[in-house]
Amino acid sequence: MLELQEVHTHYGPIEALKGVSLEVRQGEIVTLIGANGAGKTTLLMTICGDPRATSGTIFFEGQDISRLLTSKIMRSGIAVVPEGRRVFTGMTVEENLMMGAYFQEKDSIEQQLEYVLHLFPRLKERFSQRSGTMSGGEQQMLAIGRALMSRPRLLFLDEPSLGLAPIVIGQIFEIIQQLRQEGTTVFLVEQNAHRALSIADRGYVIEHGHLVLHDTGANLLDNDEVRKAYLGG
Amino acid sequence: MTESLLYFTQQVINGLTVGSTYALIAIGYTMVYGIIGMINFAHGEVYMIGTYLSFIVIAGLTMLGLENLPFILLTALIVSMMVAGAYGFTIERVAYRPVRGSKRLIALISAIGMSIFLQNYMRLAQGPRDIAMPGQIQGGWSWTLDGNLLNLSYMQVIIFVVTVISMWSLHLFISRSRMGRACRACAQDQGMTNLLGIDTNQIIAVTFVIGAALAAVAGFLLGLYYGVVNPMIGFIAGLKAFTAAVLGGIGSLPGAMLGGLILGVTESMTAAYFSTEYKDVVAFSLLVLILLFKPTGILGKPEVEKI
Repeated sequence: MLELQEVHTHYGPIEALKGVSLEVRQGEIVTLIGANGAGKTTLLMTICGDPRATSGTIFFEGQDISRLLTSKIMRSGIAVVPEGRRVFTGMTVEENLMMGAYFQEKDSIEQQLEYVLHLFPRLKERFSQRSGTMSGGEQQMLAIGRALMSRPRLLFLDEPSLGLAPIVIGQIFEIIQQLRQEGTTVFLVEQNAHRALSIADRGYVIEHGHLVLHDTGANLLDNDEVRKAYLGG
Repeated sequence: MTESLLYFTQQVINGLTVGSTYALIAIGYTMVYGIIGMINFAHGEVYMIGTYLSFIVIAGLTMLGLENLPFILLTALIVSMMVAGAYGFTIERVAYRPVRGSKRLIALISAIGMSIFLQNYMRLAQGPRDIAMPGQIQGGWSWTLDGNLLNLSYMQVIIFVVTVISMWSLHLFISRSRMGRACRACAQDQGMTNLLGIDTNQIIAVTFVIGAALAAVAGFLLGLYYGVVNPMIGFIAGLKAFTAAVLGGIGSLPGAMLGGLILGVTESMTAAYFSTEYKDVVAFSLLVLILLFKPTGILGKPEVEKI
């Protein structure tokens, strides 16, 4: 479904991705783990076209998207829940969700809205509230809801657990599994390696812009190096 | 007592008239600043071009022998809004988009260059002298109280009404429509808006077109009010509207409206109680004071440097 071949990304003279190749297949949860600054977010954002890959190719559903504009890529069936959530704090929950559904037909919006509010009953309670006044967990739910409003076939999540209470993290990871069961493919970037690997079919480990390990989620959880570096021994 | 009160009321009316047109122009500054964080210094020129366009359409239609005044004026208003909108679109495309993402100073220089270009282009196209247009709408109401006069001209009423309609339409567009929502989203987080699949270049172009169209409305109204236009009027009007936008809080739409009205009334009070010559001095002193003591303006939010 998604395939990266030898992707390099530069920030000015700094090479942040040094030839990354990976694959996400339809219906999978694939996770990318790594330390701060290893290039996790850069990898995710490069697929979205911002920053653009300096070389290499990115295929989504057979089409080379590495030279497309970000806005075009994000209309092709991919949605992102970015690092730091980035909800529109000046807008209500409803307006945020409508922003996610910008390119949807009217009937489809209503249907999808019902689905998202069913998934996150909390958003229904806060429907007309300004999103800036909500808690971090609620904002994270809103960011996921907003992404789902565009009916993505592939969903990117960047550090959805960051700064949240364990109980909320648990809810969010349950939702991620539920989404996969309902047919959405998920690519998950996480620092919370344990949680991420326990729900992932496969995982990649990134270090200094290189992918250093690739295995099933369960095997990576048992891997000694991974345990030492990312799971606290 | 009544005499001074009447005089005061008269100054408020005059001030609000001019102030509401400042507000219309200020919207263009504040919307563009809100979205791309730059001051469009060529905006005053769009107002000037709007005035010329109205004059040209009114003169043209009158020469064709049309006598239906409301029709002529409405056509002039719509045509000048549309053509000025096209100017706004082109200005963004030619002068700002190529330098977007570079340092602020570069965009500023580009804006000033565009402003000088438009002034001189109009000097060549229309001549450097004042062009006068006989008053299209004469008369008004006046009340006498103890031998003192209070005037409210039809033109002033038209200015209020048209300004209120324009502001209200803008408010509805920004708060209710799908694209208005995208404008607000873009103002808060352009990158995220882009990540939702929305072409932010298109949204930026739309804000330039809206700002230019509203400046043309102001050009149409003030043109009819003063009955005179020359290629330099955009400079002062632009600075005044910029002052209004900063006064109200740049980036804030209600701020631009409020700032325009306050500035208009302040000017008219200065002219009435002090001296006409000092009204620009007071207006720009206000700008200096605001920048010194409350740079975020009356309704503006403090700018948070994003890291």
